[in-house]
Amino acid sequence: MSEITEARKNSCDQNDRTSEENVESYGDSDRTRNFSDLAQEVASLDELEAEAIFILREVVAEREKPMLLFSGGKDSLVLLRLAEKAFRPARFPFPLVHVDTGHNFPEVMAFRDERVAELGERLIVSSVEDMIADGRLRDEVGPRASRNRLQTAALLDVIEKNGFDAAIGGARRDEERARAKERVFSFRDSFGAWDPKNQRPEPWALYNSFVRRGEHLRVFPLSNWTELDVWAYIRRENLRLPSIYFAHERRVFQRDGMLYAPTAGTQLLPGEQLETRSVRYRTVGDMTCTGAVASVAFSIDDVIGEIATSRITERGQTRADDRATEAAMEDRKREGYF
Amino acid sequence: MNTEVASRAHAASESRPLRFSVSGSVDDGKSTLVGRLLLDTKQIAEDQLAHVEEASRRRGFSRTELGLLTDGLRAEREQGITIDVAYRYFRTAKRRFIVADTPGHVQYTRNMVTGASTADVALLIVDVRHGVSEQTRRHALASRLFGVKNLVFGVNKMDLVDFSEAEFRRVESELLAFADKLPRSSITIVPVAALLGDNIVERSTAMPWYTGPALLEILEAAHAGGDRDKPFRFPVQWVVRPSSDEHHDYRAYAGQIAQGTVRVGDRLVAWPSGKSSIVTGIDRHPETLQEASAPLSVAIRLADNIDISRSDVLTHEGAPPRLARSFSATVAWFDAREAKVGQRYWLKINTRTVRVRLDAIEGIVDLTTLGLRAGAAALALNDLAVVRLSTSIPIVCDAYDDAPITGSFILVDEVSHDTVAAGILKSESGDEP
Repeated sequence: MSEITEARKNSCDQNDRTSEENVESYGDSDRTRNFSDLAQEVASLDELEAEAIFILREVVAEREKPMLLFSGGKDSLVLLRLAEKAFRPARFPFPLVHVDTGHNFPEVMAFRDERVAELGERLIVSSVEDMIADGRLRDEVGPRASRNRLQTAALLDVIEKNGFDAAIGGARRDEERARAKERVFSFRDSFGAWDPKNQRPEPWALYNSFVRRGEHLRVFPLSNWTELDVWAYIRRENLRLPSIYFAHERRVFQRDGMLYAPTAGTQLLPGEQLETRSVRYRTVGDMTCTGAVASVAFSIDDVIGEIATSRITERGQTRADDRATEAAMEDRKREGYF
Repeated sequence: MNTEVASRAHAASESRPLRFSVSGSVDDGKSTLVGRLLLDTKQIAEDQLAHVEEASRRRGFSRTELGLLTDGLRAEREQGITIDVAYRYFRTAKRRFIVADTPGHVQYTRNMVTGASTADVALLIVDVRHGVSEQTRRHALASRLFGVKNLVFGVNKMDLVDFSEAEFRRVESELLAFADKLPRSSITIVPVAALLGDNIVERSTAMPWYTGPALLEILEAAHAGGDRDKPFRFPVQWVVRPSSDEHHDYRAYAGQIAQGTVRVGDRLVAWPSGKSSIVTGIDRHPETLQEASAPLSVAIRLADNIDISRSDVLTHEGAPPRLARSFSATVAWFDAREAKVGQRYWLKINTRTVRVRLDAIEGIVDLTTLGLRAGAAALALNDLAVVRLSTSIPIVCDAYDDAPITGSFILVDEVSHDTVAAGILKSESGDEP
């Protein structure tokens, strides 16, 4: 017991300091997460890749109308590479879908369109702005307004309109404690709701893909990948990424221990001010709830070095939406969030 | 090319991540032990630890509840129990691990089987004060039945019995007496105090009478099964057939190699049709390979167009698999609705989904004697049983012991679409069609 108390004391001290400055400590020799063992890295990535390709082929073989969610972010870029490996030289047997909150990073949107054109695949965009314009959605108000929740409505809308019965996404179990509990083939009822207490058991790789009309599946080929696996795979496959994943100068302000870039509607609170910092994004989402991290990582190897020694998880460091309550992610997933 | 591929594949099998499941009864300290394992191998990020500390304080606990690290759902936190399987990933300097933290609550045994289905090692937690419970027996037996030969028992809460050797030896002999009845298993028993970290990552100084390795050392040294040297099995998932001018004649059979190795030039047979052809190419886009082994996902090109589609299984010629329409299987029943003889379900085996009928219940496994109890009219929730099933068409019936991927299946309810059972094919039975 005393050991735990001591550990808590230390970590709280460090944590306070870290969140104040939002700077990670690097190069801690105590950390054992690294890729020093090349054979382990190869074995792990081969196995993860094979599993993800298997999952992609299962969902297209068993569902009538699947789609793949593509945001331009690192995890969905990995998904696209896996889809190439699963289906080329044929075209993808599904369209790509992006849920556009209207508050996306312009660099990422440009990258998204470039990548889609390069692949010659079809992209469907579901726009939160359109739904606000035609009165189906209303923006939150106040300085902390976010379009995080509105995303869910736009996602369910595009699923219903197109009659999709499976949405493939890049979520990973290591991201968040509710996601750690989710199935690879995750059932959604006709409201798009997840019922964590009533999930279909998933022994071996025998996925149950049965749905009725109006119900659908969320399918997660990267379930067993960690953040480090994603980066190691990006390195191995030599994947290009949007520039914001690497260190760059940006005007940002500090809020709740995170660094945010202002959007058109940003209202600074008393005491907050814009400053120029060297930052990068560890995750890419809606600008209103995705924070940057102070960083000097200019290459994939630099980024892997930073993550391998990071003492904070990617969502913990960059996502305000998970902090609302103790079960924020679970609550949003119950409503149909990804 | 050949040598390069071979050496890379060899390295892969030597260093596979170890998958292990953790189970125990409610309050045996299972989630605490997993939390301790993560904490002491320095896998817990500061924001995660801060969250658990805050959540513990809010609940008025006097200490940090490490179980909150893995019990992520609202309902789990309310009740202080694990409801659903949680997957955790960690690595040490020696190895990578995938942990399935599985619930011990009696009505959630299905999740325990799920965790065990892909595990190399089953870690079972026993409270030293309570000894071997029905849950312990059920978990050990289910793990063993579902193919886990390596069982590690963590006798936990040694701190609550003053690290007494006598208390440990009492539970140890109970465990050994029980484990004696399990078929061919490797048993390791280690005294631990998950709350304090004794014998979890570091060897304990509080139990000098125990001279064996700590739990992490046992896991680091455990064997992870490799499937490259077994007979080749390739369930076809998808036919890659571009409808473009550029690739007009391209046709490949895509899937994940369940076990074994395939090479260009091999003659393969498709089952159940029995037609054969020669491998002309193995594609792992954008690479083309000369040979490939489990667990790679590839697309295989053949010399002849012999009508192969999803659900067919490709094997090497000369060693035909058993085909049957009626077969025996061991099942774990997950559903609250009972299964009665004559009922129909969907059977999903490999990439094939086919209608199946429950023809007979040969016996329910008795947890005390580990024998079969005949005469049951129905399967109830949590039953482990040997049953007879029949399908409308013959299917490849590999015994689970020889071929875990092609020898396992699930049953799906036709109305609710729930997965109601997990099952494995037995070796000694099955009629030729």
